[in-house]
Amino acid sequence: MTARRPIAIRGSVHTDLQHDSATKHVTGLATYTDDIAEPARTLHACLGLSTIAHGRIEACDLDTVRSAAGVVAVLTAADIPGVNDISPTGLNDEPIFAEDKVEFHGQPIFAVIAETRDAARRAVVKARIDYTPLPHALDPLEAIEKGYPHVTAPLTLRRGDADAALAAAQHRIKGQMAVGGQDHMYLEGQIALAIPGEDDDVTVWSSTQHPSEVQHMVGHALGVPSNAVTVKVRRMGGGFGGKETQMNIFAAVAAVAAKKLGRPVKLRPDRDDDMIATGKRHDFAIDYDVGFDGEGRIEALDARFAARCGFSADLSGPVTDRALFHADNAYFYPAVRLQSRPMKTNTVSNTAFRGFGGPQGVIAAERVIEEIAYALGRDTLDIRKANLYGGAGRDVTPYHQTVEDNILPRLIGELEETADYQTRRAAILAHNAEGSVLRKGIALTPVKFGISFTATWFNQAGALVHVYKDGSIHLNHGGTEMGQGLNTKVAQVVADAFQVDIDRIKITATSTGKVPNTSATAASSGSDLNAMAALDAVEQIKARLVAFATEHWQTDASAIRFAPNTVLIGDEAVPFPDLVSAAYMARVQLSAAGFYKTPKIHWDRETGTGRPFYYFAYGAAVSEVTVDTLTGEYRVERTDILHDVGRSLNPAIDLGQIEGGFVQGVGWLTSEELWWDAEGRLRTHAPSTYKIPLASDIPRIFNVALAEWSENPERTIKRSKAVGEPPFMLGISVFEALSMAVASIADYRECPRLDAPATPERVLMAIERLRGAESSA
Amino acid sequence: MAHRQEIRFLLNDRQVAIGDIGASDTLLDHLRLTAALTGTKEGCAEGDCGACTVLVGRLRDGVLRYQPVNACIRFLASVDACHVVTVEHLRAGEGGGLHPVQQAMVDHHGSQCGFCTPGIVMALYALWMQTPEPTRHQIETALQGNLCRCTGYAPIIRAAEAAARYGTPATDPLNTEREAVTARLAALQDGHRVEVARDDDRAILPASVDDLAAMLLEHPAATVVAGATDVGLWVTKHFRDISPAVFTGHLEGLQQIEVGDTAMRIGAGASYTDCEAMLAAEYPNLTEYWNRIAGWQVRNMGTVGGNIANGSPIGDTPPVLIALGAEIVLRRGEARRSLALEDFFIDYGKQDRAPGEFIEQIIIPRRANGTHHAAYKVSKRRDDDISSVAAAFNVTVAEGTVTAARIAFGGMAGIPKRAKAAEAAIVGAAWSEATLLTAAASLDDDFAPLTDWRASSEYRMQVARNLFRRFWLEQGAGDAAARLSA
Repeated sequence: MTARRPIAIRGSVHTDLQHDSATKHVTGLATYTDDIAEPARTLHACLGLSTIAHGRIEACDLDTVRSAAGVVAVLTAADIPGVNDISPTGLNDEPIFAEDKVEFHGQPIFAVIAETRDAARRAVVKARIDYTPLPHALDPLEAIEKGYPHVTAPLTLRRGDADAALAAAQHRIKGQMAVGGQDHMYLEGQIALAIPGEDDDVTVWSSTQHPSEVQHMVGHALGVPSNAVTVKVRRMGGGFGGKETQMNIFAAVAAVAAKKLGRPVKLRPDRDDDMIATGKRHDFAIDYDVGFDGEGRIEALDARFAARCGFSADLSGPVTDRALFHADNAYFYPAVRLQSRPMKTNTVSNTAFRGFGGPQGVIAAERVIEEIAYALGRDTLDIRKANLYGGAGRDVTPYHQTVEDNILPRLIGELEETADYQTRRAAILAHNAEGSVLRKGIALTPVKFGISFTATWFNQAGALVHVYKDGSIHLNHGGTEMGQGLNTKVAQVVADAFQVDIDRIKITATSTGKVPNTSATAASSGSDLNAMAALDAVEQIKARLVAFATEHWQTDASAIRFAPNTVLIGDEAVPFPDLVSAAYMARVQLSAAGFYKTPKIHWDRETGTGRPFYYFAYGAAVSEVTVDTLTGEYRVERTDILHDVGRSLNPAIDLGQIEGGFVQGVGWLTSEELWWDAEGRLRTHAPSTYKIPLASDIPRIFNVALAEWSENPERTIKRSKAVGEPPFMLGISVFEALSMAVASIADYRECPRLDAPATPERVLMAIERLRGAESSA
Repeated sequence: MAHRQEIRFLLNDRQVAIGDIGASDTLLDHLRLTAALTGTKEGCAEGDCGACTVLVGRLRDGVLRYQPVNACIRFLASVDACHVVTVEHLRAGEGGGLHPVQQAMVDHHGSQCGFCTPGIVMALYALWMQTPEPTRHQIETALQGNLCRCTGYAPIIRAAEAAARYGTPATDPLNTEREAVTARLAALQDGHRVEVARDDDRAILPASVDDLAAMLLEHPAATVVAGATDVGLWVTKHFRDISPAVFTGHLEGLQQIEVGDTAMRIGAGASYTDCEAMLAAEYPNLTEYWNRIAGWQVRNMGTVGGNIANGSPIGDTPPVLIALGAEIVLRRGEARRSLALEDFFIDYGKQDRAPGEFIEQIIIPRRANGTHHAAYKVSKRRDDDISSVAAAFNVTVAEGTVTAARIAFGGMAGIPKRAKAAEAAIVGAAWSEATLLTAAASLDDDFAPLTDWRASSEYRMQVARNLFRRFWLEQGAGDAAARLSA
């Protein structure tokens, strides 16, 4: 009699599985960088920041800083042995420490290294720096007006003759929309711990989405080759794009200090400094000019996207590019011209944030839809449907990629039904007609999001898998865990491929010493890339095991099958560890490096043509809101989401990404307001003043479902789709519902033209504006 | 009087005694840097994110009460004779494994990055101990002081709803060990004044309210630290020297709440939480308003007296208390004086408080017949935000005519202030919408609000005017549906 074997492994793909660190999270045992036991003699650094927005540094008196209690050293640009630059795009426009001039309020000028973090912080404020102020420009329109340059080359996407089509259109509307930025407000702030080693070596533990870039930047700052620098990340307390490039300065300063002083150095800025000195989502000023027919079909769109990029390029090039790539959202533009204006401003250099410019493009498309609907007196959903990609000659994007897999008509149709959109909209119209103080709004908005880094070479990944002779598995890959469950998903893929329980797999810290030349964990690509690389490694090891088994058991490869925790070899069932052990004795290599690169994609930025995206991810949301027309305050009553993740690797984790992304998107468009004063000081620089959503801000009723019928037509990992960014844009449904409630004041005859974020103030002022227009009409 | 020169408290299951401690040392730094309890996180160091949430248990009239607080702005000296419970101390009841709240969070996928999670677990733990089967509103209230950037809260709310199914508070170690801990804490209360210092950074815990009065006479420049929800930031964000700091949070004599025939008396050291039930019973309209003061942790720490003494133009309680006609009792040594609360606020940053003087009591009149009350808070985010505009109305109507009116605003001037012109426009006029709209129109005579990151001048004024209309709709027209409630 044979022992009963389990029919399935624990933790396979397509199953709900807890985040691999869930138990450690709830017990406080998950180790973040600041929780790592500090090596003996660890010192602490604090950055000294500019107190003006733009000016020349005339004198920098740091003597009182040096003599402050507990201070060991003060570092300035002169102390950087390599290059004083951390520009991620190699433009050499982002000094670690400002030398002769400062270009934003909060720009790092020096660093204090002290025995304790408290001593370092208290010493920093003793600096006396004399500046000669220069004129500054804070927002993109002001920058254009003052003749500021672009921080990076702008992009134009065009198809057809937009000017001619606009001139010929039956209807034409021009408008402008301001869209605010967003702070990442990851709960764990930026942090780096640098430990000096022998020769040129340094090891940096840090909370970064991009270990390879940190490695490169630390080497650049120290003037040493990359092989001297090891960067490690076990987990981050949130990233959202804010730790893609923004960790560079903290790691570079900690490493320079550690090598100079021969002691470990930790740099963890206070939340205020973190928010003041690191980049955010780009604010945009969007001009649009749309032509459309009597049915609301868009005939042409001409739009310009001016972005607040800050003092340096950072990732503003690809961010503003992606805004243009998504300025169609889900809609076909027969003739189109889209231009980016990546404006230099005297503010912190803006950076990646979930969606990476995409949301700002999508919201522009949705504003255009709104304009058309209010102009024609139609439901916005009708206008959306009329303009979806599809049908003969209506499937090419402004960047000349054909949309081959548009599932939005079905997805929107199902959501419209399940959310009971039409009935509820009718009830809302009736409610608003009563003229009460509380008005309601409802909106259904879709998203189509392109998946792949638009910098084609980033679409590669590596993994390293070891099988030890006891059958335990060590898994490592180039992606980083920031809460999104990447490690869990990759481990599921490995468990599935080996057909072993996931408990057999140990997920290990990302290290530049294990997998080199990695891309940032960004662009929603983490699982797509790294799980494929891990699978490649597993398949190599499996192939060797199979080759060994055919020889050892004298059987054909076709007679060997990886069953749950057991390998079936002919008639024999060999426990996985036994096979591994036997293979080891036969000198079989049980370790492999895997690799993956995304196929099919190409992009020519000069001509604005190509296939930048491997595929698209889709989703849609219906949100209903109630607005208090006396204060502008509001509440989200209900949201229904139907989202496409292909065949989900882990539905529970994907639902978490959708819920979380949606709420973060709502925050961006409602309560999260970045406010600079006239001197260029960010005054919303901590959670006391910068308000991200709370538990009480989420929809009273919140229904989220996966489009379970969807399967990625491309050969992605287990036919799944990326999920990190696309749901963020579903927050737009709340913004549009608020707009409808406001529009009720003027009987929906006028587009309210809400700017974002729609704070209670913006909502009330829009209401008062429409009231004024009504009473004077 | 004998002085003790160390603070003593229970940290999870062990007793701690520390003498080398400055006034500005925070509980969070002690936990993370000294005690190596790194489960408690620092997210903002200003009491706004909740990642540092711990429970602090203290004897109150001999009864041990645990409350969630922010360790980041809680000064270490203030936990003398307390039981500090961190996430590391959560244990399962019988059977082992995770604590019910922790297991519910795991099963419902309540963590993603996990950094906020220990703080969320502690807030939900406190909720579960108090209300095992909470309503959605109770869950949201318990989480007002906790930010999560990953999950969108939905799975956390589901976990909170399910927690009771995983276990009951009756078998929780904090309950089963309650007697023993009570005895240990009682043994720590020796009635002595505590004076501790590191270098020049001195903290004093007076033995009694009388001792407090004496200490402040002796050190008139001392910083009085009650809940530390603002003073905490003076240290963590501005490095202000608060030494010598005189702590009052442990003084039961300053926390007494009495309901008399004509007035309610609140000790200046009573927390927002302490006052909540009494105020809501007398003025039901304050229930919602009170729930929107900061978050749960801060309401447990912060005091009404501190909210007043602080002098901020955007404090939540002064507009309400001014409208209710509250008085405060100021004490200096043995001398006491009463003052109408509105007269305490002289100008921005300037209050009628002499060196060595402290607020001892707040006296709030009982509700009178024929009065209409309302209190409104308008803020960018509903919960745990500072008001753009706060307004409180107290209008007396007799036979269709307004006979008295006290209307006060926060966020409209450099101090919390009555709308005197608006009041004048109302008193003597008919109780009608037209009267209130006329009063609203006169707000320009009372206020010229500022523009800042919370709101523009125009918005503040527009909202302030509109709230007169809301007051009429609710109190005159009886339209209860005219407001968005939680």
